[in-house]
Amino acid sequence: MTDASINNAAPGRRPGSLLSADVRTAKRNAAEKRFRAYGLTAMLIGLFFLVVLFVTIVRSGAPAFTRTVVDVEFTLTQEQFDAAESELFKTKAYSNLFISELDARLEQDGLDLDFDEAAIERLLGKVGGTLREHYRANPGDLGQPVQFELAASSRVDGYFKGRVTRDTLQDSRFLQASDLDLVDALEEAGIMKQAFNWTFITGADSGVDNPGGAGIGASVVGSFFMMLVVLFLSLPIGVAASIYLEEFAPQNRFTDLIEVNISNLAAVPSIVFGILGLAVFIQFMHLPQSAPLVGGLVLTLMTLPTIIISTRASLKSVPPSIRDAALGVGASKMQAVFHHVLPLAMPGILTGTIIGLAQALGETAPLLLIGMVGFVARGYPDGFLAGFTEPNSAMPAQIYTWAARADVSFYEKAWGGIIILLAFLLTMNIIAIILRRRFERRW
Amino acid sequence: MYDAPHTAEMKVNQKEIKFDCRDCQVYYGDTHAIKDVSVQIEDKTVTAFIGPSGCGKSTFLRCLNRMNDTIDVARVEGSFLLDGENIYDKKVDPVQLRAKVGMVFQKPNPFPKSIYDNIAYGPRIHGLAKNKTDLDDIVERSLRRGAIWDEVKDRLHASGTGLSGGQQQRLCIARAIATEPEVLLMDEPCSALDPIATGQVEELIDELRESYSVVIVTHSMQQAARVSQKTAFFHLGNLVEYGETGQIFTNPVDPRTESYITGRIG
Repeated sequence: MTDASINNAAPGRRPGSLLSADVRTAKRNAAEKRFRAYGLTAMLIGLFFLVVLFVTIVRSGAPAFTRTVVDVEFTLTQEQFDAAESELFKTKAYSNLFISELDARLEQDGLDLDFDEAAIERLLGKVGGTLREHYRANPGDLGQPVQFELAASSRVDGYFKGRVTRDTLQDSRFLQASDLDLVDALEEAGIMKQAFNWTFITGADSGVDNPGGAGIGASVVGSFFMMLVVLFLSLPIGVAASIYLEEFAPQNRFTDLIEVNISNLAAVPSIVFGILGLAVFIQFMHLPQSAPLVGGLVLTLMTLPTIIISTRASLKSVPPSIRDAALGVGASKMQAVFHHVLPLAMPGILTGTIIGLAQALGETAPLLLIGMVGFVARGYPDGFLAGFTEPNSAMPAQIYTWAARADVSFYEKAWGGIIILLAFLLTMNIIAIILRRRFERRW
Repeated sequence: MYDAPHTAEMKVNQKEIKFDCRDCQVYYGDTHAIKDVSVQIEDKTVTAFIGPSGCGKSTFLRCLNRMNDTIDVARVEGSFLLDGENIYDKKVDPVQLRAKVGMVFQKPNPFPKSIYDNIAYGPRIHGLAKNKTDLDDIVERSLRRGAIWDEVKDRLHASGTGLSGGQQQRLCIARAIATEPEVLLMDEPCSALDPIATGQVEELIDELRESYSVVIVTHSMQQAARVSQKTAFFHLGNLVEYGETGQIFTNPVDPRTESYITGRIG
């Protein structure tokens, strides 16, 4: 009966109704659903890690942008100044003046606490020196109230940020439990508080014993000069090489070899470029060590393959009909390329260049080898040209240096540095997107 | 649109020869794409190249302004005399040649620039205009001769790619005319256009015959019959038959031509 019905069915006729899915279709649909679920899961996992990363960075890095300060109005008269200057221990005299001022402020608020100069030094460092320097430099401020914002020591800062607690604190010459009473009192009086840490953004790196004074500003400048070198070398060289390879070079074994090598160069570990830079630029050409110029040259070598590959891809994506059109009206090959092909390839070239620059900006490994890590920039370069040749660091190298230090206060600086680095990268990517949107044309 | 075959024949006979091509061979690598083609293209005439796909008609057309130079593997042999001068002579600069032999392509390919700049580009790079007014004149004249002036005169600075397909193709023709060529090569100029735009372009081709030698490659035999005075039939790289359009379509000599135009091969 079944045999007969099969034989009798018209050839190729499908049995069953369209309203119910047959077994094959059901299987196929299930496979499709599973695949979508896999994709969605993969995406959600990625998103989860992104959120974790972002939250961790912001939570760990945000404290780097604030610091604990003692914000106090202080007035020094001419007589007090003269008296202090005639003392044997001049800074001690200033300290005592400051302490009595602070005492008076606390008493006003009804807080009576005993503290001595040593406590103040544990809290604020050498206040007397700071005051003396200010008044000697600005004698005009004598007799007038001056607002001082004195940075608290990193342990006090840690107490404010929860790194140091009364339970974990062990009395030492850096901080004692009794000092925390004073800190609490000062906070209650509104004298000690958290303020935005401009030093972190504008300052240079400090010594290992002074995390509070550490800033990323100088290495931002170092990175900036390196990026200048990279931009002005790799963009013209990369674009010229791509145009030649894509539009003019004959197709033969030699150009094939070059193409393969460029693709391979893009995958070479960056530390290899670092050691090449050390050997060629520093040991052979005797360029200055630790200089952004050398860093820029090394990063240029590293960025070139990226720029060449992306430029060639965007030149390839310009339809050949545009070249034909230009050649057809009697433009030379070069005119066709420079008047028509290159402008159309520009968004792709710029995007590739900025992505290459962003990569270079975040690169640390090659900098290790040319001495931009061991060096700690304590100040800004002296003038524009010196920016290229004076020893400096770069943002990722500075972050690496901080992360490697023993003092936990540097740990938050490293996270804060990462936030600044990411802000720069984000800015560059946004610029790339804007440029792409602006130059994009249809044909 | 064009005169009766007999009168056209009479006129054609008095025309002088623009292109004299003899024993032309084209190779793409190992492929012999054009075999022993000899053809004489007349001035102030529309010559149509017809034939099945891959027969070599476009290849031959591209030889006439050395567009094949851009293809690495292409090799051209034989003599191509334009007004008695061999265009493949070592002394000939293809750029100068292409200013003299303009080309319109299969797909409209305006530059993604303004309509004005599309036309002005050729005259600018060839130094045909002394100043802005000169250039304006050339642009207007070219657009008028390209039969598109009335449609675009109010938006000369709008993008050329924003026009419709037919308008774009007429813009490309106007662009080719702007460099004042002597020969105009058209590679299937209407294949991407609808019948109305095709009609406009065909009308334009007929007008261009007054001043240029026009060579058109087409897949449409009706189009060849409508616009051309001379027709060449290519098959498998050979030039099978070349003669007056009327004669080719009504009384072909070669049986292959007859098979093709009656739809039996192709």
